[in-house]
Amino acid sequence: MTWFRKDKSGLARQEKKDIPEGLWTKCQSCGEVVYSRKMEELLWVCPNCDFHFRISSQKYIDLLLDDGALEQFDTTISSKDPLKFKDSKRYPDRIKQAQQKTGKVEGVTSGLGTIDGIPVSFAIMNFEFIGGSMGSVVGEKVARAIDRSIEREIPLVIVSCSGGARMQEGILSLMQMAKTSALLAILAEKKIPYISILTNPTTAGVMASYASLGDVILAEPKALLGFAGPRVIQQTIGEDLPEGFQSSEFFLEKGFVDRIVHRKELRDTVSRLLKFMWRR
Amino acid sequence: MDERVHLNFERPIIELEKKISDMKDFSVGEDIELSGEIASMEKKLAKLRQEIYSSLTRWQKVQLSRHPRRPYTLDYIRMMSQGFIELHGDRCFADDKALVGGFAYIDGQPVMFVGQQKGRDTKEKLFRNFGMAHPEGYRKALRLFQLAEKYDIPIVVLVDTPGAFPGIGAEERGQAEAIARNIREMSRIRVPIVIVIIGEGASGGALGIGVGDRVLMMEYAWYSVISPEGCAAILWRDAAKAPDAAEALKPTSDDLVALGIIDEVIKEPSSGAHNDPTVAANTVKQRIVETLRELMSKPIDDLLRERIEKYRHMGEFEE
Repeated sequence: MTWFRKDKSGLARQEKKDIPEGLWTKCQSCGEVVYSRKMEELLWVCPNCDFHFRISSQKYIDLLLDDGALEQFDTTISSKDPLKFKDSKRYPDRIKQAQQKTGKVEGVTSGLGTIDGIPVSFAIMNFEFIGGSMGSVVGEKVARAIDRSIEREIPLVIVSCSGGARMQEGILSLMQMAKTSALLAILAEKKIPYISILTNPTTAGVMASYASLGDVILAEPKALLGFAGPRVIQQTIGEDLPEGFQSSEFFLEKGFVDRIVHRKELRDTVSRLLKFMWRR
Repeated sequence: MDERVHLNFERPIIELEKKISDMKDFSVGEDIELSGEIASMEKKLAKLRQEIYSSLTRWQKVQLSRHPRRPYTLDYIRMMSQGFIELHGDRCFADDKALVGGFAYIDGQPVMFVGQQKGRDTKEKLFRNFGMAHPEGYRKALRLFQLAEKYDIPIVVLVDTPGAFPGIGAEERGQAEAIARNIREMSRIRVPIVIVIIGEGASGGALGIGVGDRVLMMEYAWYSVISPEGCAAILWRDAAKAPDAAEALKPTSDDLVALGIIDEVIKEPSSGAHNDPTVAANTVKQRIVETLRELMSKPIDDLLRERIEKYRHMGEFEE
Protein backbone atom coordinates (compact mmCIF):
# COMPACT_ATOMS: atom_id res chain seq x y z
CA MET A 1 0.00 0.00 0.00
CA THR A 2 1.28 3.42 -0.85
CA TRP A 3 -0.38 5.63 1.65
CA PHE A 4 2.58 7.94 2.16
CA ARG A 5 3.36 8.36 -1.50
CA LYS A 6 3.62 11.97 -2.53
CA ASP A 7 0.96 13.18 -4.92
CA LYS A 8 2.01 12.82 -8.49
CA SER A 9 -0.82 14.64 -10.12
CA GLY A 10 -0.70 18.36 -10.67
CA LEU A 11 -4.29 18.85 -9.60
CA ALA A 12 -5.00 21.48 -7.01
CA ARG A 13 -5.12 19.70 -3.69
CA GLN A 14 -7.67 21.30 -1.43
CA GLU A 15 -9.65 18.29 -0.45
CA LYS A 16 -8.83 18.05 3.19
CA LYS A 17 -11.81 20.10 4.32
CA ASP A 18 -13.48 17.13 5.91
CA ILE A 19 -10.39 16.10 7.77
CA PRO A 20 -9.64 18.31 10.75
CA GLU A 21 -6.31 20.04 10.45
CA GLY A 22 -3.75 20.43 13.16
CA LEU A 23 -1.39 18.27 15.11
CA TRP A 24 -4.10 16.45 17.02
CA THR A 25 -7.39 15.13 15.78
CA LYS A 26 -10.51 14.58 17.79
CA CYS A 27 -12.74 11.71 16.71
CA GLN A 28 -16.13 13.03 15.54
CA SER A 29 -17.79 9.94 16.95
CA CYS A 30 -16.21 9.05 20.32
CA GLY A 31 -14.17 12.15 21.10
CA GLU A 32 -10.86 10.28 21.31
CA VAL A 33 -7.91 12.59 20.63
CA VAL A 34 -5.28 11.12 18.34
CA TYR A 35 -2.01 12.43 16.92
CA SER A 36 -2.88 13.44 13.34
CA ARG A 37 0.17 11.71 11.84
CA LYS A 38 -1.03 8.55 13.50
CA MET A 39 -4.48 9.06 11.98
CA GLU A 40 -2.92 9.29 8.53
CA GLU A 41 -1.23 5.96 9.20
CA LEU A 42 -4.55 4.51 10.38
CA LEU A 43 -6.19 5.60 7.10
CA TRP A 44 -8.28 8.08 9.11
CA VAL A 45 -10.05 5.41 11.11
CA CYS A 46 -10.40 6.11 14.85
CA PRO A 47 -8.24 3.63 16.82
CA ASN A 48 -10.74 3.73 19.68
CA CYS A 49 -14.13 3.32 18.00
CA ASP A 50 -13.31 2.45 14.38
CA PHE A 51 -15.17 5.52 13.13
CA HIS A 52 -14.22 6.02 9.47
CA PHE A 53 -13.56 9.70 8.77
CA ARG A 54 -14.60 10.90 5.35
CA ILE A 55 -11.48 10.99 3.17
CA SER A 56 -10.83 12.51 -0.23
CA SER A 57 -11.32 10.64 -3.47
CA GLN A 58 -7.56 10.86 -4.02
CA LYS A 59 -6.97 8.90 -0.82
CA TYR A 60 -9.26 6.14 -2.05
CA ILE A 61 -7.35 6.09 -5.33
CA ASP A 62 -4.11 5.72 -3.34
CA LEU A 63 -5.70 3.08 -1.17
CA LEU A 64 -7.31 0.92 -3.83
CA LEU A 65 -5.32 1.17 -7.04
CA ASP A 66 -1.82 -0.23 -7.61
CA ASP A 67 0.74 2.53 -7.01
CA GLY A 68 -2.20 4.89 -6.55
CA ALA A 69 -2.17 5.21 -10.31
CA LEU A 70 -5.34 6.22 -12.11
CA GLU A 71 -5.23 7.07 -15.79
CA GLN A 72 -8.00 9.65 -15.77
CA PHE A 73 -10.59 9.92 -18.54
CA ASP A 74 -13.22 12.52 -19.40
CA THR A 75 -11.47 15.18 -17.33
CA THR A 76 -12.85 18.16 -19.22
CA ILE A 77 -16.53 17.29 -19.28
CA SER A 78 -18.47 19.88 -17.33
CA SER A 79 -22.00 20.93 -16.43
CA LYS A 80 -24.29 23.15 -18.39
CA ASP A 81 -27.37 24.83 -17.00
CA PRO A 82 -30.20 23.30 -19.01
CA LEU A 83 -32.94 24.55 -16.66
CA LYS A 84 -31.45 28.01 -16.04
CA PHE A 85 -31.88 27.02 -12.43
CA LYS A 86 -31.76 29.57 -9.68
CA ASP A 87 -32.52 29.29 -5.99
CA SER A 88 -30.52 31.46 -3.61
CA LYS A 89 -27.73 31.13 -6.16
CA ARG A 90 -27.51 30.60 -9.90
CA TYR A 91 -26.57 27.01 -10.72
CA PRO A 92 -23.49 27.98 -12.78
CA ASP A 93 -22.25 29.98 -9.79
CA ARG A 94 -22.77 26.98 -7.54
CA ILE A 95 -20.75 24.83 -9.95
CA LYS A 96 -17.97 27.41 -10.13
CA GLN A 97 -17.84 27.62 -6.36
CA ALA A 98 -17.64 23.83 -6.05
CA GLN A 99 -14.87 23.74 -8.62
CA GLN A 100 -12.88 26.34 -6.71
CA LYS A 101 -13.46 24.59 -3.41
CA THR A 102 -12.52 21.11 -4.61
CA GLY A 103 -10.11 21.75 -7.47
CA LYS A 104 -12.22 19.33 -9.50
CA VAL A 105 -14.36 19.86 -12.55
CA GLU A 106 -17.25 17.70 -11.36
CA GLY A 107 -18.57 15.22 -8.82
CA VAL A 108 -16.87 12.08 -10.03
CA THR A 109 -13.34 11.07 -10.99
CA SER A 110 -12.95 8.14 -13.36
CA GLY A 111 -10.46 6.21 -15.42
CA LEU A 112 -8.41 3.05 -15.70
CA GLY A 113 -6.13 1.43 -13.16
CA THR A 114 -5.19 -1.93 -11.74
CA ILE A 115 -5.98 -3.61 -8.43
CA ASP A 116 -3.48 -6.28 -7.54
CA GLY A 117 -2.58 -6.45 -11.21
CA ILE A 118 -6.19 -6.81 -12.36
CA PRO A 119 -7.19 -4.07 -14.81
CA VAL A 120 -10.29 -2.17 -13.73
CA SER A 121 -12.50 0.64 -14.91
CA PHE A 122 -12.74 2.79 -11.82
CA ALA A 123 -14.97 5.68 -10.73
CA ILE A 124 -15.12 7.50 -7.44
CA MET A 125 -17.55 10.18 -6.36
CA ASN A 126 -16.47 13.37 -4.64
CA PHE A 127 -18.82 14.28 -1.82
CA GLU A 128 -17.35 17.76 -1.47
CA PHE A 129 -18.66 18.59 -4.92
CA ILE A 130 -22.28 19.66 -4.22
CA GLY A 131 -22.84 16.70 -1.91
CA GLY A 132 -21.63 14.21 -4.51
CA SER A 133 -24.89 14.86 -6.31
CA MET A 134 -25.52 13.24 -9.68
CA GLY A 135 -26.33 15.52 -12.58
CA SER A 136 -25.70 15.01 -16.29
CA VAL A 137 -21.91 15.02 -15.93
CA VAL A 138 -21.74 12.48 -13.11
CA GLY A 139 -24.22 10.28 -14.98
CA GLU A 140 -22.27 10.56 -18.22
CA LYS A 141 -18.90 9.87 -16.59
CA VAL A 142 -20.26 6.83 -14.77
CA ALA A 143 -21.90 5.68 -18.03
CA ARG A 144 -18.56 6.02 -19.83
CA ALA A 145 -16.81 4.12 -17.04
CA ILE A 146 -19.32 1.29 -17.63
CA ASP A 147 -18.74 1.59 -21.39
CA ARG A 148 -14.98 1.19 -20.82
CA SER A 149 -15.62 -1.95 -18.79
CA ILE A 150 -17.76 -3.35 -21.59
CA GLU A 151 -15.36 -2.38 -24.41
CA ARG A 152 -12.22 -3.65 -22.68
CA GLU A 153 -13.94 -6.51 -20.89
CA ILE A 154 -12.49 -5.48 -17.55
CA PRO A 155 -14.18 -5.32 -14.15
CA LEU A 156 -15.91 -2.19 -12.92
CA VAL A 157 -15.33 -0.72 -9.46
CA ILE A 158 -17.34 2.31 -8.33
CA VAL A 159 -16.90 4.02 -4.97
CA SER A 160 -20.11 5.89 -4.21
CA CYS A 161 -20.56 8.85 -1.91
CA SER A 162 -23.59 10.93 -2.70
CA GLY A 163 -26.69 12.59 -1.33
CA GLY A 164 -28.56 11.65 -4.52
CA ALA A 165 -29.59 13.19 -7.81
CA ARG A 166 -28.80 16.87 -8.37
CA MET A 167 -31.94 18.96 -8.08
CA GLN A 168 -30.55 21.82 -10.16
CA GLU A 169 -30.75 19.72 -13.32
CA GLY A 170 -34.29 18.50 -12.59
CA ILE A 171 -35.52 15.64 -14.75
CA LEU A 172 -32.14 15.34 -16.49
CA SER A 173 -30.59 14.23 -13.20
CA LEU A 174 -33.32 11.64 -12.71
CA MET A 175 -32.64 10.24 -16.17
CA GLN A 176 -29.01 9.56 -15.22
CA MET A 177 -30.35 6.79 -13.00
CA ALA A 178 -31.90 5.18 -16.08
CA LYS A 179 -28.84 5.79 -18.23
CA THR A 180 -26.37 4.18 -15.82
CA SER A 181 -28.65 1.30 -14.80
CA ALA A 182 -29.45 0.41 -18.42
CA LEU A 183 -25.74 0.12 -19.21
CA LEU A 184 -25.22 -2.02 -16.12
CA ALA A 185 -27.79 -4.43 -17.56
CA ILE A 186 -25.53 -4.88 -20.59
CA LEU A 187 -22.46 -5.25 -18.37
CA ALA A 188 -24.25 -7.98 -16.43
CA GLU A 189 -25.28 -9.79 -19.62
CA LYS A 190 -21.61 -9.87 -20.65
CA LYS A 191 -20.68 -11.34 -17.27
CA ILE A 192 -18.25 -8.58 -16.45
CA PRO A 193 -17.93 -8.13 -12.67
CA TYR A 194 -19.02 -4.95 -10.95
CA ILE A 195 -18.11 -4.20 -7.35
CA SER A 196 -20.00 -1.35 -5.74
CA ILE A 197 -18.38 0.25 -2.68
CA LEU A 198 -20.62 2.39 -0.49
CA THR A 199 -19.11 5.10 1.68
CA ASN A 200 -20.66 7.66 3.97
CA PRO A 201 -23.22 8.72 2.80
CA THR A 202 -24.78 6.92 -0.17
CA THR A 203 -28.47 7.71 -0.50
CA ALA A 204 -31.40 8.51 -2.81
CA GLY A 205 -30.83 8.63 -6.56
CA VAL A 206 -27.38 7.06 -6.49
CA MET A 207 -28.43 4.37 -4.03
CA ALA A 208 -31.55 3.73 -6.13
CA SER A 209 -29.46 3.14 -9.27
CA TYR A 210 -25.88 1.99 -9.83
CA ALA A 211 -24.79 1.85 -6.18
CA SER A 212 -27.37 -0.91 -5.53
CA LEU A 213 -26.59 -2.90 -8.66
CA GLY A 214 -23.15 -4.39 -7.93
CA ASP A 215 -22.53 -8.13 -8.24
CA VAL A 216 -21.06 -7.60 -4.83
CA ILE A 217 -21.81 -4.59 -2.65
CA LEU A 218 -19.32 -3.57 0.04
CA ALA A 219 -19.85 -0.84 2.61
CA GLU A 220 -17.57 1.01 4.98
CA PRO A 221 -18.60 0.71 8.64
CA LYS A 222 -21.25 3.06 9.99
CA ALA A 223 -21.95 4.79 6.69
CA LEU A 224 -25.38 6.37 6.19
CA LEU A 225 -27.14 4.34 3.49
CA GLY A 226 -30.70 4.50 2.27
CA PHE A 227 -33.30 5.67 -0.18
CA ALA A 228 -34.91 8.57 1.67
CA GLY A 229 -33.01 10.89 3.98
CA PRO A 230 -33.54 10.29 7.72
CA ARG A 231 -35.12 13.73 8.17
CA VAL A 232 -37.69 13.09 5.44
CA ILE A 233 -38.61 9.74 7.00
CA GLN A 234 -38.86 11.30 10.44
CA GLN A 235 -41.19 14.01 9.12
CA THR A 236 -43.30 11.47 7.24
CA ILE A 237 -43.87 9.05 10.06
CA GLY A 238 -43.76 11.64 12.83
CA GLU A 239 -41.64 9.63 15.24
CA ASP A 240 -37.99 9.14 16.14
CA LEU A 241 -35.99 6.69 14.11
CA PRO A 242 -34.58 3.56 15.73
CA GLU A 243 -30.92 3.60 16.77
CA GLY A 244 -28.57 2.61 13.95
CA PHE A 245 -31.33 2.95 11.35
CA GLN A 246 -29.98 3.28 7.77
CA SER A 247 -26.41 2.47 8.78
CA SER A 248 -24.17 0.01 6.93
CA GLU A 249 -24.80 -2.42 9.77
CA PHE A 250 -28.57 -2.04 9.29
CA PHE A 251 -28.19 -2.65 5.56
CA LEU A 252 -26.09 -5.77 6.20
CA GLU A 253 -28.65 -7.06 8.69
CA LYS A 254 -31.51 -6.49 6.23
CA GLY A 255 -29.62 -8.18 3.43
CA PHE A 256 -28.78 -5.29 1.12
CA VAL A 257 -24.98 -5.29 1.32
CA ASP A 258 -22.66 -8.30 1.16
CA ARG A 259 -20.02 -7.20 3.62
CA ILE A 260 -18.97 -4.34 5.81
CA VAL A 261 -15.29 -3.85 5.16
CA HIS A 262 -12.81 -1.94 7.28
CA ARG A 263 -10.91 0.58 5.20
CA LYS A 264 -7.60 -1.18 5.76
CA GLU A 265 -9.04 -4.36 4.24
CA LEU A 266 -10.89 -2.75 1.34
CA ARG A 267 -8.25 -3.27 -1.34
CA ASP A 268 -7.57 -6.85 -0.33
CA THR A 269 -11.28 -7.68 -0.27
CA VAL A 270 -11.87 -6.22 -3.73
CA SER A 271 -8.85 -8.07 -5.10
CA ARG A 272 -9.93 -11.40 -3.62
CA LEU A 273 -13.46 -10.99 -4.99
CA LEU A 274 -12.29 -10.07 -8.47
CA LYS A 275 -10.10 -13.16 -8.60
CA PHE A 276 -13.23 -15.29 -8.19
CA MET A 277 -15.34 -13.38 -10.66
CA TRP A 278 -12.83 -12.43 -13.34
CA ARG A 279 -10.39 -14.91 -14.83
CA ARG A 280 -8.99 -13.81 -18.15
CA MET B 1 -72.24 21.77 -8.58
CA ASP B 2 -70.96 24.45 -6.20
CA GLU B 3 -70.03 21.71 -3.76
CA ARG B 4 -67.57 20.19 -6.19
CA VAL B 5 -64.01 20.20 -5.02
CA HIS B 6 -62.03 22.77 -6.94
CA LEU B 7 -58.76 24.66 -6.98
CA ASN B 8 -58.59 28.39 -6.29
CA PHE B 9 -57.95 29.41 -9.86
CA GLU B 10 -60.92 27.31 -11.01
CA ARG B 11 -63.34 29.33 -8.86
CA PRO B 12 -64.45 31.91 -11.47
CA ILE B 13 -65.26 29.03 -13.82
CA ILE B 14 -67.19 27.11 -11.17
CA GLU B 15 -69.14 30.27 -10.24
CA LEU B 16 -70.09 30.99 -13.81
CA GLU B 17 -71.07 27.36 -14.35
CA LYS B 18 -73.35 27.64 -11.31
CA LYS B 19 -74.95 30.83 -12.65
CA ILE B 20 -75.67 29.15 -15.96
CA SER B 21 -77.13 26.12 -14.26
CA ASP B 22 -79.30 28.31 -12.00
CA MET B 23 -80.53 30.24 -14.98
CA LYS B 24 -81.43 27.02 -16.77
CA ASP B 25 -83.36 25.80 -13.73
CA PHE B 26 -85.12 29.15 -13.49
CA SER B 27 -85.97 29.14 -17.17
CA VAL B 28 -87.51 25.68 -16.92
CA GLY B 29 -89.21 26.25 -13.55
CA GLU B 30 -90.82 29.56 -14.47
CA ASP B 31 -91.22 28.68 -18.13
CA ILE B 32 -89.39 31.78 -19.28
CA GLU B 33 -87.41 31.87 -22.49
CA LEU B 34 -83.77 32.63 -21.59
CA SER B 35 -81.88 30.68 -24.24
CA GLY B 36 -80.29 33.83 -25.66
CA GLU B 37 -78.90 34.83 -22.29
CA ILE B 38 -77.79 31.29 -21.55
CA ALA B 39 -76.02 30.97 -24.87
CA SER B 40 -74.14 34.21 -24.33
CA MET B 41 -73.11 33.15 -20.84
CA GLU B 42 -71.90 29.83 -22.16
CA LYS B 43 -69.82 31.66 -24.71
CA LYS B 44 -68.44 33.75 -21.89
CA LEU B 45 -67.66 30.56 -19.95
CA ALA B 46 -65.75 29.06 -22.86
CA LYS B 47 -63.72 32.26 -23.16
CA LEU B 48 -63.04 32.36 -19.43
CA ARG B 49 -61.87 28.74 -19.48
CA GLN B 50 -59.62 29.43 -22.41
CA GLU B 51 -58.15 32.49 -20.65
CA ILE B 52 -57.49 30.74 -17.37
CA TYR B 53 -56.12 27.50 -18.81
CA SER B 54 -53.91 29.09 -21.41
CA SER B 55 -52.00 31.10 -18.83
CA LEU B 56 -51.48 28.59 -16.03
CA THR B 57 -48.28 28.85 -14.05
CA ARG B 58 -46.18 25.75 -13.55
CA TRP B 59 -47.34 25.53 -9.97
CA GLN B 60 -50.99 25.68 -11.07
CA LYS B 61 -50.32 22.81 -13.46
CA VAL B 62 -48.78 20.83 -10.60
CA GLN B 63 -51.95 21.49 -8.61
CA LEU B 64 -54.06 20.30 -11.53
CA SER B 65 -52.05 17.06 -11.65
CA ARG B 66 -53.23 16.50 -8.06
CA HIS B 67 -56.80 17.60 -8.62
CA PRO B 68 -59.02 15.57 -6.29
CA ARG B 69 -61.38 14.71 -9.14
CA ARG B 70 -58.67 13.76 -11.61
CA PRO B 71 -58.94 10.25 -13.07
CA TYR B 72 -56.58 7.74 -11.45
CA THR B 73 -54.94 4.60 -12.82
CA LEU B 74 -57.87 2.23 -12.24
CA ASP B 75 -60.27 4.83 -13.69
CA TYR B 76 -58.23 4.92 -16.89
CA ILE B 77 -57.94 1.14 -17.03
CA ARG B 78 -61.71 0.82 -16.58
CA MET B 79 -62.47 3.44 -19.23
CA MET B 80 -59.83 2.35 -21.76
CA SER B 81 -59.88 -1.44 -21.65
CA GLN B 82 -61.95 -4.60 -21.36
CA GLY B 83 -61.52 -7.76 -19.34
CA PHE B 84 -59.13 -6.30 -16.78
CA ILE B 85 -58.02 -8.98 -14.37
CA GLU B 86 -56.01 -7.60 -11.51
CA LEU B 87 -53.06 -9.60 -10.19
CA HIS B 88 -51.74 -9.20 -6.66
CA GLY B 89 -48.61 -9.63 -4.61
CA ASP B 90 -44.84 -9.63 -4.97
CA ARG B 91 -44.43 -13.30 -3.89
CA CYS B 92 -41.96 -12.17 -1.23
CA PHE B 93 -43.65 -10.02 1.34
CA ALA B 94 -47.07 -8.54 0.62
CA ASP B 95 -49.50 -7.04 -1.83
CA ASP B 96 -48.89 -3.31 -2.14
CA LYS B 97 -52.21 -1.51 -2.60
CA ALA B 98 -50.46 1.64 -3.84
CA LEU B 99 -49.40 -0.12 -7.01
CA VAL B 100 -51.83 -2.11 -9.16
CA GLY B 101 -51.53 -4.22 -12.26
CA GLY B 102 -52.98 -6.96 -14.37
CA PHE B 103 -53.96 -8.20 -17.82
CA ALA B 104 -56.52 -6.40 -19.97
CA TYR B 105 -57.48 -5.86 -23.61
CA ILE B 106 -57.10 -2.45 -25.12
CA ASP B 107 -58.82 -2.24 -28.49
CA GLY B 108 -58.62 -6.04 -28.65
CA GLN B 109 -54.87 -6.12 -27.94
CA PRO B 110 -53.82 -7.97 -24.77
CA VAL B 111 -51.63 -5.79 -22.55
CA MET B 112 -50.18 -5.80 -19.05
CA PHE B 113 -51.20 -2.68 -17.14
CA VAL B 114 -49.12 -1.48 -14.19
CA GLY B 115 -49.53 1.78 -12.32
CA GLN B 116 -49.66 3.56 -9.00
CA GLN B 117 -53.14 3.99 -7.55
CA LYS B 118 -54.29 6.91 -5.42
CA GLY B 119 -57.42 7.00 -3.28
CA ARG B 120 -60.25 9.49 -3.49
CA ASP B 121 -61.71 9.71 0.04
CA THR B 122 -59.76 9.57 3.28
CA LYS B 123 -60.32 5.89 3.82
CA GLU B 124 -59.31 4.99 0.30
CA LYS B 125 -56.34 7.34 0.41
CA LEU B 126 -55.01 5.50 3.44
CA PHE B 127 -55.75 2.13 1.84
CA ARG B 128 -53.74 3.18 -1.22
CA ASN B 129 -51.08 4.90 0.90
CA PHE B 130 -51.59 8.04 -1.22
CA GLY B 131 -50.15 6.26 -4.25
CA MET B 132 -46.75 5.87 -2.56
CA ALA B 133 -45.47 2.36 -3.13
CA HIS B 134 -43.24 0.30 -0.84
CA PRO B 135 -40.53 -2.04 -2.16
CA GLU B 136 -43.11 -4.81 -2.45
CA GLY B 137 -45.00 -2.61 -4.91
CA TYR B 138 -41.94 -2.23 -7.12
CA ARG B 139 -41.28 -5.97 -6.83
CA LYS B 140 -44.87 -6.75 -7.78
CA ALA B 141 -44.43 -4.47 -10.80
CA LEU B 142 -41.26 -6.32 -11.83
CA ARG B 143 -43.01 -9.66 -11.43
CA LEU B 144 -45.79 -8.47 -13.73
CA PHE B 145 -43.31 -7.06 -16.26
CA GLN B 146 -41.56 -10.42 -16.38
CA LEU B 147 -44.87 -12.25 -16.65
CA ALA B 148 -45.79 -10.07 -19.62
CA GLU B 149 -42.39 -10.73 -21.18
CA LYS B 150 -42.81 -14.46 -20.72
CA TYR B 151 -46.05 -14.48 -22.73
CA ASP B 152 -45.03 -11.77 -25.18
CA ILE B 153 -47.61 -9.24 -24.04
CA PRO B 154 -46.77 -5.53 -24.35
CA ILE B 155 -46.66 -3.40 -21.21
CA VAL B 156 -48.54 -0.17 -20.51
CA VAL B 157 -47.50 1.74 -17.40
CA LEU B 158 -49.56 4.55 -15.90
CA VAL B 159 -47.45 6.71 -13.58
CA ASP B 160 -49.14 8.73 -10.84
CA THR B 161 -47.21 9.03 -7.59
CA PRO B 162 -46.07 11.72 -5.16
CA GLY B 163 -43.03 9.50 -4.55
CA ALA B 164 -41.87 6.10 -3.35
CA PHE B 165 -42.82 5.85 0.32
CA PRO B 166 -40.15 7.13 2.72
CA GLY B 167 -40.66 5.04 5.85
CA ILE B 168 -38.99 2.56 8.15
CA GLY B 169 -40.46 -0.56 6.54
CA ALA B 170 -39.63 0.75 3.09
CA GLU B 171 -35.96 1.15 4.06
CA GLU B 172 -35.87 -2.21 5.85
CA ARG B 173 -37.11 -3.96 2.76
CA GLY B 174 -34.78 -2.12 0.38
CA GLN B 175 -36.65 0.66 -1.38
CA ALA B 176 -33.48 1.75 -3.19
CA GLU B 177 -32.62 -1.78 -4.30
CA ALA B 178 -36.14 -2.44 -5.56
CA ILE B 179 -36.19 0.75 -7.65
CA ALA B 180 -32.64 0.27 -8.98
CA ARG B 181 -33.40 -3.31 -10.02
CA ASN B 182 -36.60 -2.27 -11.79
CA ILE B 183 -34.83 0.47 -13.73
CA ARG B 184 -32.14 -1.98 -14.85
CA GLU B 185 -34.55 -4.79 -15.73
CA MET B 186 -37.04 -2.56 -17.55
CA SER B 187 -34.29 -1.47 -19.89
CA ARG B 188 -34.01 -5.10 -21.09
CA ILE B 189 -37.56 -6.48 -20.94
CA ARG B 190 -38.21 -8.07 -24.33
CA VAL B 191 -41.67 -6.65 -25.05
CA PRO B 192 -42.70 -3.11 -26.00
CA ILE B 193 -43.20 -0.76 -23.02
CA VAL B 194 -45.30 2.40 -23.21
CA ILE B 195 -45.19 4.76 -20.25
CA VAL B 196 -47.91 7.35 -19.66
CA ILE B 197 -47.42 9.95 -16.93
CA ILE B 198 -51.05 10.60 -16.04
CA GLY B 199 -50.64 12.78 -12.93
CA GLU B 200 -47.64 13.06 -10.65
CA GLY B 201 -44.25 11.72 -11.66
CA ALA B 202 -42.15 12.13 -8.55
CA SER B 203 -38.55 11.09 -8.82
CA GLY B 204 -37.36 7.51 -8.29
CA GLY B 205 -40.87 6.53 -7.27
CA ALA B 206 -42.00 7.27 -10.82
CA LEU B 207 -38.87 6.07 -12.64
CA GLY B 208 -39.05 2.77 -10.74
CA ILE B 209 -41.82 1.76 -13.16
CA GLY B 210 -41.03 4.41 -15.76
CA VAL B 211 -38.41 3.06 -18.20
CA GLY B 212 -39.76 2.23 -21.64
CA ASP B 213 -39.71 2.64 -25.40
CA ARG B 214 -42.02 5.65 -25.42
CA VAL B 215 -42.87 8.06 -22.64
CA LEU B 216 -46.12 9.96 -23.11
CA MET B 217 -47.35 12.59 -20.70
CA MET B 218 -50.72 14.15 -20.00
CA GLU B 219 -50.80 17.89 -20.57
CA TYR B 220 -51.31 18.70 -16.87
CA ALA B 221 -49.00 16.10 -15.38
CA TRP B 222 -45.60 16.81 -13.85
CA TYR B 223 -42.43 14.73 -13.76
CA SER B 224 -39.17 15.65 -12.06
CA VAL B 225 -36.30 14.63 -9.82
CA ILE B 226 -38.10 15.85 -6.71
CA SER B 227 -41.47 17.38 -5.84
CA PRO B 228 -41.66 21.17 -5.78
CA GLU B 229 -42.33 20.98 -2.03
CA GLY B 230 -39.32 18.75 -1.41
CA CYS B 231 -37.09 20.94 -3.51
CA ALA B 232 -38.32 24.10 -1.76
CA ALA B 233 -37.73 22.53 1.67
CA ILE B 234 -34.13 21.70 0.79
CA LEU B 235 -32.97 24.59 -1.40
CA TRP B 236 -35.17 27.40 -0.03
CA ARG B 237 -35.48 25.83 3.43
CA ASP B 238 -39.19 26.60 3.22
CA ALA B 239 -41.81 24.27 1.75
CA ALA B 240 -44.07 27.27 1.16
CA LYS B 241 -41.72 28.26 -1.67
CA ALA B 242 -43.03 25.33 -3.71
CA PRO B 243 -44.39 27.64 -6.45
CA ASP B 244 -40.87 29.05 -6.93
CA ALA B 245 -39.42 25.55 -6.95
CA ALA B 246 -42.01 24.45 -9.51
CA GLU B 247 -40.87 27.25 -11.80
CA ALA B 248 -37.21 26.36 -11.31
CA LEU B 249 -37.59 22.59 -11.77
CA LYS B 250 -39.40 22.90 -15.12
CA PRO B 251 -41.47 19.76 -14.52
CA THR B 252 -44.43 20.28 -16.89
CA SER B 253 -45.18 18.37 -20.07
CA ASP B 254 -44.15 21.32 -22.26
CA ASP B 255 -40.86 21.62 -20.36
CA LEU B 256 -40.11 17.93 -20.78
CA VAL B 257 -40.75 18.00 -24.51
CA ALA B 258 -38.40 20.96 -24.78
CA LEU B 259 -35.77 19.06 -22.78
CA GLY B 260 -36.17 16.00 -25.01
CA ILE B 261 -37.14 13.69 -22.14
CA ILE B 262 -40.65 12.70 -23.18
CA ASP B 263 -41.87 11.69 -26.61
CA GLU B 264 -45.29 13.26 -26.67
CA VAL B 265 -47.81 15.39 -24.77
CA ILE B 266 -51.37 14.08 -24.64
CA LYS B 267 -53.78 17.01 -24.82
CA GLU B 268 -56.39 17.09 -22.07
CA PRO B 269 -60.00 18.23 -22.47
CA SER B 270 -60.32 21.99 -21.97
CA SER B 271 -59.89 22.73 -18.26
CA GLY B 272 -58.34 19.37 -17.48
CA ALA B 273 -58.93 15.63 -17.51
CA HIS B 274 -61.14 15.87 -14.41
CA ASN B 275 -63.72 17.94 -16.28
CA ASP B 276 -64.26 15.23 -18.87
CA PRO B 277 -62.67 11.94 -17.85
CA THR B 278 -64.30 10.00 -20.71
CA VAL B 279 -62.81 12.23 -23.37
CA ALA B 280 -59.45 12.17 -21.55
CA ALA B 281 -59.45 8.38 -21.36
CA ASN B 282 -60.40 8.07 -25.02
CA THR B 283 -57.52 10.27 -26.08
CA VAL B 284 -55.07 8.33 -23.93
CA LYS B 285 -56.40 5.07 -25.31
CA GLN B 286 -55.96 6.20 -28.90
CA ARG B 287 -52.38 7.27 -28.26
CA ILE B 288 -51.56 3.99 -26.50
CA VAL B 289 -53.10 1.89 -29.26
CA GLU B 290 -51.25 3.77 -32.01
CA THR B 291 -47.96 3.77 -30.12
CA LEU B 292 -48.21 0.04 -29.41
CA ARG B 293 -48.99 -0.66 -33.05
CA GLU B 294 -45.86 1.23 -34.09
CA LEU B 295 -43.64 -0.48 -31.49
CA MET B 296 -44.98 -3.96 -32.19
CA SER B 297 -44.14 -3.64 -35.87
CA LYS B 298 -40.43 -3.43 -35.03
CA PRO B 299 -38.12 -6.38 -34.39
CA ILE B 300 -37.63 -6.65 -30.63
CA ASP B 301 -33.82 -6.49 -30.87
CA ASP B 302 -34.06 -3.14 -32.65
CA LEU B 303 -36.48 -1.93 -30.03
CA LEU B 304 -34.15 -2.90 -27.19
CA ARG B 305 -31.18 -1.25 -28.85
CA GLU B 306 -33.18 1.94 -29.36
CA ARG B 307 -34.44 1.82 -25.78
CA ILE B 308 -30.89 1.80 -24.39
CA GLU B 309 -29.77 4.45 -26.88
CA LYS B 310 -32.66 6.70 -25.89
CA TYR B 311 -31.52 6.81 -22.26
CA ARG B 312 -27.82 6.75 -23.16
CA HIS B 313 -28.21 10.17 -24.76
CA MET B 314 -30.08 11.90 -21.96
CA GLY B 315 -28.20 14.65 -20.18
CA GLU B 316 -26.64 17.98 -21.11
CA PHE B 317 -22.96 18.78 -20.68
CA GLU B 318 -20.03 20.25 -22.51
CA GLU B 319 -16.49 19.05 -23.08
